[in-house]
Amino acid sequence: MLKVENLSIRFRRSTMPRPVVDGVGFGVRAGQSVALVGESGSGKTLTCRSILGILPRGAEVCGGSILFGDRDGNGGDGGPVDLLRLSRAGLRAIRGSRISMIFQEPMSALSPLHTIGDQTMEVLRLHGHCDRTVARTRCLAMFERVGFPDPVRAFRSYPFQLSGGLRQRAMIAMAMVARPRLLIADEPTTALDVTLQAQVLALIKELQGETGMAVLLVTHDLGVVANMADAVVVMRAGRVMESGCTADVLGRPLHGYTRKLIAAAPGIPAAFAAAPEAAAAAAEAAAAEEEDAILQFRGVSKTFERGSTRVRALDGVDLSIRRGETLAIVGESGSGKTTLARLAMLADRPDPGGTLLFRPQAGTPPLDLLAASGPELTAYRRLAQMVFQDPYASLSPRMSVGEIIAEPLAIHDVCDRAERRARVRALMAQVGLDPSWTSRYPHAFSGGQRQRIGIARALALDPRLLICDEPTSALDVSVQAQVLDLLEAIKERLGLSLMFISHNLAVVARLADRVAVMRAGRIVEEAPPAALFSAPLHPYTRALIAASPEPDVHRPIDVATVALGAGKPDLWPEPFRPDADGRPPSLVEWSPGHFVRRHAERRAA
Amino acid sequence: MSESPEHYVDTRPYPDPEGAGAATRFDPVASNRRLMLRRFLRHRLAVLSALFLGLSYLSLPFVDFLVPYGANQRDVEHLYAPPQAVHLFHEGSFVGPFVYPTSGHPDLKDYRWRYEVDESRPMPLRFLCPGAPYRFLGLVDAEVRLVCPPPGASLHLLGTDRLGRDMLSRLAIGAQLSLTVGLLGIAVSFAIGITLGGMAGYFGGWIDAGVQRLSEILKSLPELPLWLALSAAVPAQWSPVTVFLCISVILGLLDWPSLARAVRSRFLALREEDFVMAAELMGASPARIIRRHLLPNFASHLLASATLSIPSMILGETALSFLGLGLRPPATSWGVMLNDAQNLMAVETYPWVSLPMVPVILVVLSFNFLGDGLRDALDPYHDD
Repeated sequence: MLKVENLSIRFRRSTMPRPVVDGVGFGVRAGQSVALVGESGSGKTLTCRSILGILPRGAEVCGGSILFGDRDGNGGDGGPVDLLRLSRAGLRAIRGSRISMIFQEPMSALSPLHTIGDQTMEVLRLHGHCDRTVARTRCLAMFERVGFPDPVRAFRSYPFQLSGGLRQRAMIAMAMVARPRLLIADEPTTALDVTLQAQVLALIKELQGETGMAVLLVTHDLGVVANMADAVVVMRAGRVMESGCTADVLGRPLHGYTRKLIAAAPGIPAAFAAAPEAAAAAAEAAAAEEEDAILQFRGVSKTFERGSTRVRALDGVDLSIRRGETLAIVGESGSGKTTLARLAMLADRPDPGGTLLFRPQAGTPPLDLLAASGPELTAYRRLAQMVFQDPYASLSPRMSVGEIIAEPLAIHDVCDRAERRARVRALMAQVGLDPSWTSRYPHAFSGGQRQRIGIARALALDPRLLICDEPTSALDVSVQAQVLDLLEAIKERLGLSLMFISHNLAVVARLADRVAVMRAGRIVEEAPPAALFSAPLHPYTRALIAASPEPDVHRPIDVATVALGAGKPDLWPEPFRPDADGRPPSLVEWSPGHFVRRHAERRAA
Repeated sequence: MSESPEHYVDTRPYPDPEGAGAATRFDPVASNRRLMLRRFLRHRLAVLSALFLGLSYLSLPFVDFLVPYGANQRDVEHLYAPPQAVHLFHEGSFVGPFVYPTSGHPDLKDYRWRYEVDESRPMPLRFLCPGAPYRFLGLVDAEVRLVCPPPGASLHLLGTDRLGRDMLSRLAIGAQLSLTVGLLGIAVSFAIGITLGGMAGYFGGWIDAGVQRLSEILKSLPELPLWLALSAAVPAQWSPVTVFLCISVILGLLDWPSLARAVRSRFLALREEDFVMAAELMGASPARIIRRHLLPNFASHLLASATLSIPSMILGETALSFLGLGLRPPATSWGVMLNDAQNLMAVETYPWVSLPMVPVILVVLSFNFLGDGLRDALDPYHDD
């Protein structure tokens, strides 16, 4: 139905001799799902944008053809047309009605000034399918189909009144309402939490089954591919590396790059699921260890006031990071994990009542950070360092890498200039950067390299505690794996304690000694990864685990589990449900070292 | 999809993801400043404007040497004389640069001056010759000029005004005041704007609210009457230089709100950046954060916004002087010269008296182009 042949795209003013998309070819058959996979800069988005003729300014197609023809023959002569040579009017007739698109960021793709209903109806009205009342009925039917709890209200809502998941559903409704033959989805779930992603992907699949449309899915996530696509096209630097049906490509990858991608894709190791006894043993060992917490939260809450509304970001969190361990905190957006990191760094103060204890050395009395005075705080700032999420925003563009890494040394006035320079070089070598690059500026580095710079800066003062706030979520998978390796190696070598915050269970699985799962400001389950992944107890944890897509066609997402766990707490199975007055159950130690928020067994009976 | 599509593999070598390839298209060693310069040089109009303005400002100290007449030197034989041409050939033979002498007589019927060119006597120009005395750089008495009129003839390339003063010379000398009033005014408005805007952005709270309200009040006042009132307060017996300083300060005092706002919003935006947060968490003091992390990141933006607000200063001076409330004769500025163009009759009969508009337009446009170019060059996402 869609046939892309030998497509090349280049940037007009680029100095690069090679086009950014170079001789790409693939086909999509009616009813089929094809995934374009690749890391950032591989040209996958440009390729799919060229299909609808919405290339960014400065980019131009310099060769090839994109043939589109739907077999129903409602496109006039019914023969395939070359979308690249079609007139503007011809292209407009196809856009939205026969080929439609879902964008990555639903907030910026929806107009803030129009209601969802008006925007969706516009698609039908523009293509002259029907009058207002019919359009309205069809929109409402579509809203119901994509899972809006109250379609009439959604029809009247503005985008800002909807949550991220509902917005993406609205986008899908808008793309689907004219019953297109081809749906192009450009990273449709990248901006969403995993549980939402699972549900949105399931929705697209269902709709595809109903209407028989073809889907062209653009993604960087092999897990999504395994769950969604019949065929896959792997792209790298503007070229197709490997293509074929999904089971073949993911099961028996023939190209070196595909193999690397699959190896780098974070997954929850199957070994965990296979060995519950080993998990239990590990949990017991962990519990038996003497409690020597480097950082301890006790009853910490945090309330943000925004105008008249009060938001409880953290609600009575008890947590301790043991010396030399990696504690991972996992949760979706809004779960309070970043607030926890900010509190740990004393960037914010918790509500009165909680305490934060810091033990610089084993066996010494702990220091109460909230009551600490100036010099004690300064000392804490040396011993606890943070690695930020966004490697682009966290480095000042006007300072050279050498200056950036030396900045903590300068702030604490640690050593003289020559010594500082030597330390910067040593630190750069330690994080795998060439020490001769000290005079370069951040813009000359890739995302992964920048994150290494951020890690080097955090290590400059010989900290004991490293707080990493989603350090890999902005990076490509292959780079992500390297940064995780680096963090692991550094932690081993320097004996650091790590507080690792992530929304991705799979990332955490390989790194953590203990995992705490957070939801709505509370810890719902806490256990060593072996125990957590082999025998998750809490429905929310189960949903998170079920929702992370695996790059394996034989392990599809279990949508029912996801929907149950990510849904309202009132729908959870009895022992986990909140009380009648809305109080959640308290955290109990279910098995040694494995805590879960549920009622005791007798109350469940 | 029963029949499986062929399993295609590209066998050509591919760029290795772990290879240490260049991360960007740019020269990796180049500093941000160099990259900005490169982007700026791509903006042709801005480069042209920068060259024009650079030459103009560089020539300001030497203006007296470059022009044939003094600012208030009168040529009573040539009142309202039209622009004269410089010729090279006389009756087919090469003579070198020369002018034909002109003589004027009053036309009592139309009540205006008429000038006749005597095309029989070519009078060559003299170069590096003694002319009307002036003080070079305000320090040394000098009288050497680049070019002087031949004895017995005049050299009014752009004509003369009501009192027989050479327009070209006055334009060039007037530039000294007109171009610098903008810089002085910007200095004043910068000092106020950065201080107040920075305070508002960094401390927030009631300081922010106070500065914001004050700037809103200032912005809401009608500009022209306010200028008029303030300049009317300048005592008439003050020397031209004092008046000039006063005018600059007045313009600066009224211009700071927009700058303060720019500074404040930059401050607010930068404060939220992760790298500022990182510095805070490393234990850096507020002073260090402002100096090392905030200032370098917005200095360039300030430069661009300053460049864009100089034109309003120049226009302000011109407008005030045009109305007779800014600089006053014997000081010479473009506004003072345009004051003569108030008389419609004069403009109609002697159109060259409104020529000072041309440099005003050129300079204002150049500053705008330059500011645009700077702003684009500083925007890292522009055209990459």
